[in-house]
Amino acid sequence: MIKILKYSFYDLMRSRWSYAYFVFYLLLGFVLLFLNNNLDKAIITLMNIIVILTPLIGTVFGVMYYYNSKEFTELLLAQPVKRSTIFLGQFIGLSVSLSLSLVLGLGIPFLFYGIMNSAIILNFITLIFVGAFLTFIFVALAYNIALSNENKIKGFGYAILMWLFMAVIYDGLFLISLLVFDDYPLDQFSLFATVFNPVDLSRILILLKLDISALMGYTGAVFKDFFGTIFGLIASFSMLMLWIIFPLLRIVRKASRKDF
Amino acid sequence: MIQIKDLHKTFGKVPVLKELNLTIKDSGIFAILGPNGSGKTTLIKSILGMVVPDKGEILIDGKSTKGQWEHRQKINYLPQIANFPSNLSVIEVIEMIKNIRNSKTRDGDLVELFKLQPFLNKKLANLSGGTRQKVNIILTFMFDDPILILDEPTTGLDPLSLIHLKSLIKEAKEKGKTILITSHIMQFVEEISDEIVFLLDGKIYFKGSVKLLKETYNEQDLEHAIAALLNVQYD
Repeated sequence: MIKILKYSFYDLMRSRWSYAYFVFYLLLGFVLLFLNNNLDKAIITLMNIIVILTPLIGTVFGVMYYYNSKEFTELLLAQPVKRSTIFLGQFIGLSVSLSLSLVLGLGIPFLFYGIMNSAIILNFITLIFVGAFLTFIFVALAYNIALSNENKIKGFGYAILMWLFMAVIYDGLFLISLLVFDDYPLDQFSLFATVFNPVDLSRILILLKLDISALMGYTGAVFKDFFGTIFGLIASFSMLMLWIIFPLLRIVRKASRKDF
Repeated sequence: MIQIKDLHKTFGKVPVLKELNLTIKDSGIFAILGPNGSGKTTLIKSILGMVVPDKGEILIDGKSTKGQWEHRQKINYLPQIANFPSNLSVIEVIEMIKNIRNSKTRDGDLVELFKLQPFLNKKLANLSGGTRQKVNIILTFMFDDPILILDEPTTGLDPLSLIHLKSLIKEAKEKGKTILITSHIMQFVEEISDEIVFLLDGKIYFKGSVKLLKETYNEQDLEHAIAALLNVQYD
């Protein structure tokens, strides 16, 4: 597994895309800090970007990497290596390299700005952590889609649709349902609905950490009650963990039955 | 010894292998022949475990290969289409496979034999088809494992390389290895193979020596014997 991971990782580290992604975050970090000139505000802006962008990048890279490394996969499949090892190795190699771009790209500008000495270092770490989680989740989901679709265009299309659903459409449906069922108590429902979408879950997690939940009214208070506690934090991170584990289980199952 | 019992494989709705039974004893060169789409590559990939059969069993040295990967340690496989990660150089691919298989190799001698030194640091995407096939051959022959599976090994090779390939195959046979070959070049098959397995529509229609096949159909050369065999089947 380590060998496969290493090769996937090196392979990606040599591609221009990893650097482009890294440079993008680097610039983003510097520009945000320069424009806001305030760590708190920069982090809020950053959250909005991370919550949408890391899933998108994870999805696109996940699908692209699967199709692009087909030859590599086929070469490995004829070697004495377990199938699950090949796919999990590739998955981890890709996710780690993307997460590294995120951590370094944002870490460097914020370090320069003196995040270490500020009170919101924990918020920043949560933000980066959530970004890395989202990367792992969406790479896993994208790998699932690519494994099930031989046709590249189809696979790409489904993957983008999946991202669009999670990042945009889900929220829309969520809002509509809140409006339609306005007369009923909805705090439990919204709590559940949030937990079942990793993007929303991440967003709420950061918002509550940033202590601006008062803006969200009564539901905000319910959320705060749940997510604000240590229990809530552990529960939501376990939920994010499950969002990685289930797609991975399907990757292993699907890969073991596929013909190459 | 490779034993294949009652092997079935369907792609979509198209049956490719049907109740295939075959035993390949140790040592010797076995040619798997058949027209396009007769299931040769599917059979080979099933032995390797790259294709998952719908039904049936494949035993290598008495052990079932189903869901296993350890048996691939005994097999050196030359794929039909030399697909490599395009952004790696020749030497990197060789090193990678060496690293993954973790066994003794003689890649240096083979690189010299096929005169590949000038290409070692070139990216695989930039190589010609024939050169890529030479890399493919090196990756297969640099190990010393008991089973060799060669899917269309002659594709794109120049005459000199073909001679080298034949001598490599003969050398492997002398070491007592089991060698499975598919090819459409009958002259090549006739020259090197000990036994022929003829596949048609996913079934075995003939198994035996080249001599037996020629005698059965009363033909002078293998090409015509195969043609006669096909004619009989299609009539």
